[in-house]
Formats: sequence, C-alpha cells, structure tokens
Amino acid sequence: MAESNSQAVQKEESMLKQKAMINANYHALATAHDQGRKVVSTFVPGNLNELLMCFDLVRNLPETNALQNGLRKKSGKMIMEAERAGHSEDVCTYVKSDLGMMLQGNIGPTGEPLPPPDLLLLSYTGCFTFMKWFELVREQCDCETVMLHVPYQGDGTITENMRNYVVRQLKEEVIPTLERVSGVKFDIDRLRAYLRESAKAEEDLAWVLQSAKHRPSPIDAYFGGVYYIGPIFTAFRGTPEATEYYRLLRAEVAERMAQGRGPITPEGELGEERYRLVVEGPPNWTSFREFWKMFYDEGAVVVASTYTKVGGIYDFGFRHDPRHPLESLADYCLGCYTNLNLPSRVDMLCRYLEDYEADGLLINSIKSCNSFSAGQLLMLRQVESRTGKPSAFIESDLVDPRYFSPANVKNRLESYFQMIEQKRRRAGVAA
Amino acid sequence: MSLTSIIEHCQNLFDDLRFTAVANWKVAVPGRLAIGYMPIYVPREIIHAAGILPVGILGGGEQLEVIHGDAYYQSYICRIPRSTVELALSGRLDVLDGMLFPSICDVIRNLSGMWQMLFPEKYARYFDVPQNYRDEVGGRYYLHELEVLREDMARLSGREFSDDELRESIALYNENRQAIRALYALRAERPWLAPTSEVYLVLRAGMVLPVEEHTELVRNYIEAAVASDRPLRDNCRIVLTGAFCEQPPLGLIKSIEMAGCYVVDDDFMLVTRWLLEDVPLAGDPLQNLARAFLRHSCATSAKYEPDKREKGKFLIEQVRASGAEGVIFAAPSFCDPALLDRPMLQHALSQAGIPYTAFKYAENSGQLQPIREQAGTFSDSIKLWSA
Repeated sequence: MAESNSQAVQKEESMLKQKAMINANYHALATAHDQGRKVVSTFVPGNLNELLMCFDLVRNLPETNALQNGLRKKSGKMIMEAERAGHSEDVCTYVKSDLGMMLQGNIGPTGEPLPPPDLLLLSYTGCFTFMKWFELVREQCDCETVMLHVPYQGDGTITENMRNYVVRQLKEEVIPTLERVSGVKFDIDRLRAYLRESAKAEEDLAWVLQSAKHRPSPIDAYFGGVYYIGPIFTAFRGTPEATEYYRLLRAEVAERMAQGRGPITPEGELGEERYRLVVEGPPNWTSFREFWKMFYDEGAVVVASTYTKVGGIYDFGFRHDPRHPLESLADYCLGCYTNLNLPSRVDMLCRYLEDYEADGLLINSIKSCNSFSAGQLLMLRQVESRTGKPSAFIESDLVDPRYFSPANVKNRLESYFQMIEQKRRRAGVAA
Repeated sequence: MSLTSIIEHCQNLFDDLRFTAVANWKVAVPGRLAIGYMPIYVPREIIHAAGILPVGILGGGEQLEVIHGDAYYQSYICRIPRSTVELALSGRLDVLDGMLFPSICDVIRNLSGMWQMLFPEKYARYFDVPQNYRDEVGGRYYLHELEVLREDMARLSGREFSDDELRESIALYNENRQAIRALYALRAERPWLAPTSEVYLVLRAGMVLPVEEHTELVRNYIEAAVASDRPLRDNCRIVLTGAFCEQPPLGLIKSIEMAGCYVVDDDFMLVTRWLLEDVPLAGDPLQNLARAFLRHSCATSAKYEPDKREKGKFLIEQVRASGAEGVIFAAPSFCDPALLDRPMLQHALSQAGIPYTAFKYAENSGQLQPIREQAGTFSDSIKLWSA
C-alpha cells in the first residue's frame, strides 16, 4: 500500500460528490443575498437543518468553515489575527479562526465571500464555548440572534423535563424568530417530509459506520469517517442530495466489503489491516493528511470513533421521526455525543471496543476543546480497566498549527502499536 | 469580637483544607450531612431546608500540593478541577456526603461525570440551570430541576421538608445576602476600613459555616471595621472581575491592594450574591427561588446575554454604583467563560470610557511581582490621567 507521496490523491465517487455538495453550499452562501435568500449561521452539534430548510434559509456553519480553513492551512494566520485583536491564546481555536476570518474580510474557505448572516441560531449543545462564540460573532453582526439551550445529560438520561424544555424553546422562541426573519410561515408537514428524508440517510450512514465490524474493515471510521459525516452533520441533512450521497457511499462500502478490501486512503487502498483502533476526540485538521498517514503507514485502521457522533449518534438506533417532529429534533439535540455525561461516554467506548473487536483505544486530546478533553485521562483508565485493552493518549489541536507536533505524535503512536504487539504476543503465549 | 480575632478565625477556616469546621458541625449532632458545591451558583436554601450543610468547594488554593490531581488533567486545563480531585483523592473531602456541580463550564460539567466514576458511593449531581430566562420556558424547566434537587436532598437526609421549612431557610439566606450587601456597601463607601483581603476571607468563611453563624460573623466584621481607625490612602478604586470560579491566591488580592488599588466590587463567591434581591417568602418557595434566578440574578460570563445591547452593562453598573475608576480583569488561565467574555466586556468598557487592565493567574500563582507592578502602573495611570 501507500506507495508514494507524489501519487494523485485517491478519491471515490462519493467523495467527489460530497466535495461538489460542499462547494455548492459555499456558492449558495456567496450568492444568497443577490438571490434574495436569507442566511442563518448555526452550529453542527444539535443543528436544526430540517427546520431551517422549512424557512428557505441558506445554512452557514462556522465550525465547518474553521475546519475547512484548517485543512487548507489558512487557519493559523486567522487565529493570530484574532489573538492580535485581543482574544486569549487559551481559548478555542475554532472561535479564533472564525473571528480571524471575519477580520480578514470574511472570505470563505473556497475563496468566495461569506455573507453577513441574517440570523444567528445558537443551538447550544454539549459545549459552553458555543454560547460565547455567538455572543462574539453577534458583536460583529447587525442581525437577530435566537438561542436553543439544550440541557446536559448529567445523569446519563434524557428526561421528559429536558425534552419539554427544548420543545418549548422551539415552539416559543426558535420557530417564531425563524418565521419573522425569513418571512415564511412554518409548515410542520414540510418539516415531516425533511425528517423522513433524514431518516433514510441516517439508516445508510449507520450501516456504513457499522460495516467496520467486518474484517478487514472496509472503512476508516475516523479519517474516512469525517468525510462520511460531512453532509449529514451540516447543511444537507434532510435533503435528497444527502440521501443520494449516503446511498452511493453505502454501495461503495458494500462493494469493498464484499471483495474483502480495506479502506481507501489518500495514497490508495490500505493493504494489510494490522491494528483495529477506536479513537476518541476530534482530529487535527491542519496536518490531517500527515496525521492519517501515521496510521495507514502502520496498517492501523480506526473502526469506530466518537468524533463522528458529535453531530448525532445514529449507530445505536436513533432516527429523526416525522411522526413526532419537534420531539424528535429535541431528542437529536439532547443525544449528541458531547452532551453525554462521562460515564455514558465510557460505556460507549467500551461497547465500541467489544463490538468492533478493536485492539485498543486511542485518545486524541484537543487543546481547544474542553468539552471533549476534560476528563479524558480518567476515561482512558476506566476503559482500560473494564476492557483490559491497551490505550494511548496523544495531544494536538483542531486548527492551530502551533499545537501539532508530528515527531511527538508519531513517536507515541509507534510505541502504542508496539504495545499492542506485545500484548498480542503475551496473549499468544498464554493461549 | 475584635477585627483581629474575626480575621484570624476566617483565616483559620480558609487555611484548613481538611474542613474541620464542617466535620465538627456534623459530629455535634449525629446523622448530620454535608453537601459540597462548586462555583457558581446552587440554591443553598434547598440543601439547608433538608438539614444539610452546604459547603462551598473552591479548589485547593495555593497551599495544596497537587500530586494525584495532575494525573487526571492535561496541561491546558485550569487548576481548580485538578486541585479539587486532589482534595477528594487525599481524603480531605471525606467529610462530604455528596457534591453538586453547577452549570458553569465544560470542565466543571465534566468533573461531575468524573466524580460519578471516581466516587460511585457518593451522591454527585450536575445541577443544570436554564439559559432561557422566560418564566414559561426556562422557568418551567428550572422549577422541575429544583423539585428534583428537593427530592434528592430529602432522600439523602431521610426526611421530607415542608414548604414552611424551606421558607425559613430562604429567610435565613435573605438575611445573609442582606448582610453581605451591607458589607459590600461599606467597602464601596469606605474601602480603607474593609480591605478586600479581609472581605474575601469573611466571604470564604461562609463557604463552610452554617448560614446563621456566617451572617452573624459578617455583621460582627462590619461593626468592628466601622469602629476601626484605619487611615485613608491615596489609592484608586477598581472593580475586580473574572475570578468567579478558580480563586486567586490571597497574596494576589493583597498585591493588588498594596499596589495602590482599593477593590470596591468584585465577583468572588457569587453564590453569596447571585440573587440580587431578597427572595419573597409568601407563596410557593420553589417558584420564588426560580423567579429570583430568572429575574434578579447577576450577570456573569457563565450566562448567556440574550440582548446584545445589554452586554457589559452589569459590569459598567458595578463600576458606577461602587464609584470605581477602572476595572481589573483577573481571570484564571484556561478559563473559557472569563477569557471568551473578556474582549466583549472590554469593548463595552471602552465605549463607556472606563479604563481597564487584564492579567491571568492560577490558584497557585507564586510570582506576584509582575501582577503587583501591572496593578501599580494601572493605579498610577488612573490617578495621573483619568478625569
């Protein structure tokens, strides 16, 4: 496998389709106001994409902009620009990348301008930083802001009180604001239709993610997984394009699985699957390709990841339900990964390690993201003690290139793979 | 009581990381319970009504050597959770029968889950509060959360408590809030009589003492401070903000004062001043606590400000009401709420023509000289150039 860096990057049809979809959304944003359309900015976890489509709003997702800028190596300067403007070096780099992009003229990752939003929809799920992020963006914008506060699953369950609170906010705050800003009257049947479409895509995504239970895994559920979640976590959940994308993706993965082939990496198909890992935490975006290469060069495949659940957990059965549209949106928001308490997150990781027959857990701890990171060292110990499988811990950041140290990360990964080998040998001797 | 003996008493309570005062309170009547709570706000009235002692846990401070706690946190996370874990793992929190983790930030939120895993035999609850302040939306949610807390406290203590008992607790906390408001008013009016290094210790005592005892202590301190003959110095008057969770070392507060600043308002231990008005005693007590939270609570970085035009107004009003001449932003390193909020608050201050300076600290910051110099320069600049 992995022949040479000079080779053209390998892409499947679904990846090309996704790229086209994302570029089309950036173009829709750039031209929205010229075409008389309104723009809403909102967040990925707990996004209300189907609801927003009911009001013909074009959706802008600042986290996606930040990570796209990270992938294109543009975020470093934006972060420094924000820091020069007075933002602390200690805080989330998604926020600073977004603010820095605005300070530099608000040109989006694809080079097209991003329009000023007509509405900020603060869907505040699983992360306090979102709340302040939109307060900061609001300082720069002359537009309405509406908040959806999603309570945290502190006891590991969604209670009726939590669900009712979210639904009441949707009915009494969010929908009236969306009607006012867009000038479009809310039609619940239109919402039901979008949710019906969402459930189809979710079904196929869940199948794709679970295909990693197969040996060899036909997918990489982290590095490949971040592409797979792209449409459904962003502006496309509930659209026919998303349904089509996931149908196509599922067919590609099914074919690979039937042929006993491994995942596609940027340098071609992975050969021997030597290590099966579960990964907790977001990836580093500024050195994404380099980071991935450290895995596929060693034959390591990620068979399950938690980052691919931040915008919704579909592999344990949740589907948007058109019969209970608002309640279903509430359950979706309440159920996103970082809204789970730590014992639930540990349960999920242990389940992944068992169900996907993984060799161990790797945590990529992100400086920017306390929502993910605070408590991960204890999570690691708990998972190790419950499963007996080895774990490793590396540190990086989302979009700040200053916090990615390739030599350190590579060194740790190599040690970890050796640890897994040793454990296998010991197990072989014991058997 | 003399001023010296009051402060000595408070200092002893502050220094005692084994919470002996809490242990003594429990031993005095067998069966008594104590529940810890972290910043920023919990309705202590409900805990008190169950006959349980609410105990404010504000980390380990500068005296605590963190050995085990550092193994649970990465270097880029603030210090209060690691020193709190240290307190617990070293047995210093054995005196507590449970912990409440209020909604303040992702780190404290996640600490609630860590507690559930580390100490499964103890009660541990994340206490969520609404960020929607409408009675019929956030209010209904919050009222239910208060009912759950009431049930939890009744279950832990082994006895239900009546609405009247809860009203009595609310009345006691109203008295405590009144006493603290009086203390803050005295300091704003005559800061040379009530230095913040002392006011801070008096407030800290309220984290471990029963509310009745603490109210008496505050009143005694006010009486003794007013009777003292401390001289007025040529200091500037500042509001200190950003220190609502992880605490600065006491030496840092003293350094700011020694640098020529009278701290005339602050955001230390907001639980004591979260509710800006007395909670009504007539009517449904839980409803009254909920409404007080929604309608009459202070602004801080852990809250969402729904109205852009209101951002920073609370701080500006603090400056005006206390007659301050500037603001010192003192935030713990890696404190997301304080550090994310800071540029917006600074912008509001600039618009209002209020000077400010900013620095970061950790609860164990040892190098205070740079902070002293910065505060001194700020004080000089106010005295030389402000109107």
